[in-house]
Amino acid sequence: MSRNKRAVAEAVARGDREPEPLELYRQMLLIRRFEEAVQRLFQRGEVHGTTHLYSGQEAGAVGVCSVLREGDRVAGTYRGHGHALALGVDPQALMDELLGRATGVCAGRAGSMNIVDLAHGLIGCFGIVGGSIAAATGAALALERQGLDNVAVAFFGEGTANQAYFAECLNFAQVLRLPVVFVCENNRYMEFTPIEDVTAGSIRARAEVLGLLATTVDGMDVRAVRAAAATAVEHARSGAGPAFVETLTYRFVGHSRSDPGHYRKPGELDEMLERDPLKIARAWLLDSGEASEEELDAAEAWAAARIDEVTERALAAPFPAPDAGAREYKESFAA
Amino acid sequence: MSEIEFRDAIKQALDEELARDERVVFFGEDVAAAGGVFAVTGGLQEAHGPRRVFDTPISELAIAGAAFGAAVTGLRPVVEIMFGDFLHLPMDSLVNQSAKYWFISNEQASVPLVVRSAVGAGGRFGAIHSQMPVPWFQGVPGIKIVCPATPRDAKGLLKAAIRDDNPVLFLEHKRLYSMKGPAGEPGEVLPIGKAEVVRPGDDLTIATAMKSVHDALAAAEELQGDGVSAEVVDLKTLRPLDLATVRESVVRTNRLLVVEEGPHTGGWSGAVLGQLAEDALEHLDDVWRLTTADAPIPYSPPLEDAFLPTAERIVASVRERLGLAAPSNPVTSTV
Ligand SMILES: Cc1ncc(C[n+]2csc(CCOP(=O)(O)OP(=O)(O)O)c2C)c(N)n1
Repeated sequence: MSRNKRAVAEAVARGDREPEPLELYRQMLLIRRFEEAVQRLFQRGEVHGTTHLYSGQEAGAVGVCSVLREGDRVAGTYRGHGHALALGVDPQALMDELLGRATGVCAGRAGSMNIVDLAHGLIGCFGIVGGSIAAATGAALALERQGLDNVAVAFFGEGTANQAYFAECLNFAQVLRLPVVFVCENNRYMEFTPIEDVTAGSIRARAEVLGLLATTVDGMDVRAVRAAAATAVEHARSGAGPAFVETLTYRFVGHSRSDPGHYRKPGELDEMLERDPLKIARAWLLDSGEASEEELDAAEAWAAARIDEVTERALAAPFPAPDAGAREYKESFAA
Repeated sequence: MSEIEFRDAIKQALDEELARDERVVFFGEDVAAAGGVFAVTGGLQEAHGPRRVFDTPISELAIAGAAFGAAVTGLRPVVEIMFGDFLHLPMDSLVNQSAKYWFISNEQASVPLVVRSAVGAGGRFGAIHSQMPVPWFQGVPGIKIVCPATPRDAKGLLKAAIRDDNPVLFLEHKRLYSMKGPAGEPGEVLPIGKAEVVRPGDDLTIATAMKSVHDALAAAEELQGDGVSAEVVDLKTLRPLDLATVRESVVRTNRLLVVEEGPHTGGWSGAVLGQLAEDALEHLDDVWRLTTADAPIPYSPPLEDAFLPTAERIVASVRERLGLAAPSNPVTSTV
């Protein structure tokens, strides 16, 4: 048994979260239904500004978060609804936030791109490309200095590998041997520009050359992501330093609300829809006998009903009253 | 006179300058093949070729740094930093290289570069995609800051910025992109550093820039009903500030309100007031500012609406300051 496999086995023995396979499917379904609802609500003018959906990428957040334990920290991106939900952020509080309601997870102050829920380990979703990498690096520093047996995870897109934050933080984390896992979700496009048009060489190689444990994995298969994440997280948790995981994935919807969509290669979307992480998981659950058709249908019905309920309640939730202080010229500092 | 949309005015300026001067190049994230996230720059790559108009990685420091290096060695780069909120990433190069080079090199070479950036709130983009970066650059000698309010000015001033031998930060308010207005004369180049009285009045001068010019004009219209004749000055350039035009106005009206979309502390409105206090104290019966609070910009619609210096708030502020009774249709927001 390799050092890492043994570490994982030990982690499982210690009682780290080991979800039922069906539970992974349920979480992915919940995210997909959530994002579909957000899309509808955006079109109705209930979600404002802009929003970046996670549809198609669910196996990434669900697979990675499934190997985390109490006290671990996660930094997500402006495409962060999936990161938040996979971590266990309350879908109601999240939806209420997107609708700008007082009951939102940040009371309507943050909006889709900037969600923070520390109680669930979410350091934040960061609107600046690369911000998540810095936040997780710092969280890992805190965890390590506090002597805790926890790791931090940064989610970010492949386009972010060209940002200064990426080069600086990976090196910083490696020289300090910080317990951080960098998860690069490669969905092939930055906003509308194909990644190969603006990226030299391989992104994983940039991590490898710094000596990080680095791997690339099928990001549409939640089992594969989970296995790769388990190895990476255990590496970081063991004190061996940071690890890097690249998930090969695809987003089924536009980058954000203003996406022209012309940039996709012909046939690519249809081809990738065949590799829908929900389809793959469903087939695997059935084939392996982990779940029956009835159980899978029940999961579908549960997710749909849950999101319907969340949507309805969010629409009925109150808006925040403008803070009198917001109109005064008083400084917003913590007391 | 024909009408033109603000975004098309900007595209025309780029198109004409690219055609006029082969040293001009234009680059940024998603600007070329996709035409920009605000649909401003579509078609420029087709018209001028991929060597002159091209997409970059998400590497703001490299964008600004390369623009600097190219500017001092023969090109006249125009770059786009997608949102003004991202300007701190290239800030080192802009502040420590571009702004200082001409001076410290003893004028061996100037730095003819333009940084275009979309700024401003009101679009429900939240705290990290809505800011006004002017104060961050206000105190940096060597950078011009151009802030157009109309399509005509956007075109004429962008052409001037591209022909200017200094680094110019050219700020485009997101709420103006879809605004239509009269086009200028063909090929018109307008002077940087020149303000304009866009509505004459006798009782009060309202000086402002960008979207707030339109709010001030609407407010002036409303105040006419109260018997208050407000003059509106569109500053157009925030560094260097055309204080002569403001001074000339307040010498006649004796009252000055400066409206700034941006925090109360450290903003340019304070600089306007301070300079006029030094230069024209004997002409001033009253001076004050309407700004946003010293707090981050909130996402939720009722919070963001209450936060911004809207036309209603300008009217309310003037009425309060002049001791006018509220009219029969009361304005809800107060300062
Ligand atoms: C510093 C910075 N630059 C640019 C942007 C605008 N922007 C938002 S998302 C994005 C593309 C990011 O691509 P990638 O990292 O591949 O992640 P994806 O959106 O594909 O998940 C860009 C350029 C930003 N938010 N921050």
